[in-house]
Amino acid sequence: MNEQRKERIVKAFLWVTGLTSVFILLSIIVYIYVNGVGIISLEFLTSYPYRFEYGGIFPQIVGSLLLVAICLLFATPIGIGSGIYLAEYASDNILTKTIRFFVETLAGIPSIIIGLFGLAFFVHYLFGFSLLSGGLALGFMILPWTVRVSEEAIRAVPNSYREASLTLGATKWQTMWNVVLRSATPSIITGILLGLGKAIGETAIILLTAGSGLEAFLPISIFDAVGSLPVYIFMLATQGHTSAAFDRAFGASLVLVTMFLIINLGALLLRNYLVRRQR
Amino acid sequence: MTDLSRSEGRIFSDQYRTVQLSESKTVKDDVRMVKDKIDVRNLNLWFTDRHILQDLSLSIKSNSVTAIMGPSGCGKTTFIRAINRMNEIIEGCRTTGEVFLDGVNIYDEKINVFELRKKVGMVHQKPNPFPKSIFDNAAYGLRIHNMVNGKKLEKDVEQALREAALWDEVNDRLKESALRLSGGQQQRLCIARALAVKPEVILFDEPCSALDPTATAKIEGLIQRLKENYTVVIVTHNLQQAARVSDFVAFLYLGRLIEYGRTKDMFINPKNELTERYITGKFG
Repeated sequence: MNEQRKERIVKAFLWVTGLTSVFILLSIIVYIYVNGVGIISLEFLTSYPYRFEYGGIFPQIVGSLLLVAICLLFATPIGIGSGIYLAEYASDNILTKTIRFFVETLAGIPSIIIGLFGLAFFVHYLFGFSLLSGGLALGFMILPWTVRVSEEAIRAVPNSYREASLTLGATKWQTMWNVVLRSATPSIITGILLGLGKAIGETAIILLTAGSGLEAFLPISIFDAVGSLPVYIFMLATQGHTSAAFDRAFGASLVLVTMFLIINLGALLLRNYLVRRQR
Repeated sequence: MTDLSRSEGRIFSDQYRTVQLSESKTVKDDVRMVKDKIDVRNLNLWFTDRHILQDLSLSIKSNSVTAIMGPSGCGKTTFIRAINRMNEIIEGCRTTGEVFLDGVNIYDEKINVFELRKKVGMVHQKPNPFPKSIFDNAAYGLRIHNMVNGKKLEKDVEQALREAALWDEVNDRLKESALRLSGGQQQRLCIARALAVKPEVILFDEPCSALDPTATAKIEGLIQRLKENYTVVIVTHNLQQAARVSDFVAFLYLGRLIEYGRTKDMFINPKNELTERYITGKFG
């Protein structure tokens, strides 16, 4: 009797906590939607910004996508390579442990510190405020994530596949390429896309490396400064000083949240599709 | 020192005999059943400090089915994996002794292990087709080794599937995923995949332990036919299966070879008490 009551109380408590999480997420999205939807128009999405209160956010949308693309080009090959190494080639020695320790620590470093490093190294020393600096610094941020998802996806491939390939006389690399990586690809792609969702909303790093956020032009090369949605929102919210600017921050936020949701949803659908194709 | 000179003498005589055989066709046909395909000598194997195989020596006849029997953990699987050197992918594995395949020591450092595994195919305990199409599974080894392509690839795949008695069941859906096949069909696909690269020896590691009786019967029939063209070594837990499919039986116990001989003799009249107790089901 008593135990039964305890059970019911615990269940109720867990139900409330679960509901709270959903409620928090929903309230943010609804709040952004309600405040931002009035701002959204074709003009807002396709024209260039002018001061804080006028124009659109086209360069910011394109800039965010380009930054994420550079980040992807950097973090994906290195991440997958390290993942393969850690999962398949590394023996359990001090070097491997060191690599793993550094990867995990890098994952926990606050983004502002990666941003500061990007500012000192990429911006001041190498490329200036630019698409390249921002993309690379973002890449630093999600690299540990891509390493981990790759390693885990590769480890999850059943050993019987490797055995089958090796007993047919395949080399280790042939086995990796033809069997293991192919089976791991859906999980790797999904994992990396989820990482990109994180990268597209990252503000501190971009603020210190890519540009002012208000850029009213598209970059012509990777060495040009580039606008981005998170920094644009940050600027409007902190420097705008007018209610018109503040409202536009919500419009830009709604666009950013939508892009984020599209990436996450896309990751989910793509995985389902790829897994089904293998069956 | 004396040991070494003795084994060298034996290599020479084996090679000599092989040469003799290929020179005279009539002799070859007569002696074919007698010819040793695999000759294991003083094989020892350790995983780190565990001594798994202890001083095994036996000769496996060409074009025959040799069953490896014994209770769980006696080293049966490790033994057949010594014949395609698959043990060495596990860290901490150490081997001494020799395994001759057609008179060549496969543990010689000059041996290309990938070529060896092409010659010595293997079928595993649980069917393990790749998550690829039926065709791509059967073609895997051919593609890896760049053996054939185009029309010839299709022909070779068909031949392998026919040899594995699977062609009639799958010829209209080669593009479908292999994972949609039944367990027994998957296992025959794995056999086809191994046959496609034209091996000389096929190792079966309890190939029916995950299958129902009907599928088991099909695989056993297949193994019987395969010995016409291949040398077959099969690990089995199942005494009836060993009696049904094998010509020779090796009985292992705790990493040692207890008894080895013709299946008929061994089942009717085991020489060793341990073998007798195992065969009569007193332990196992």
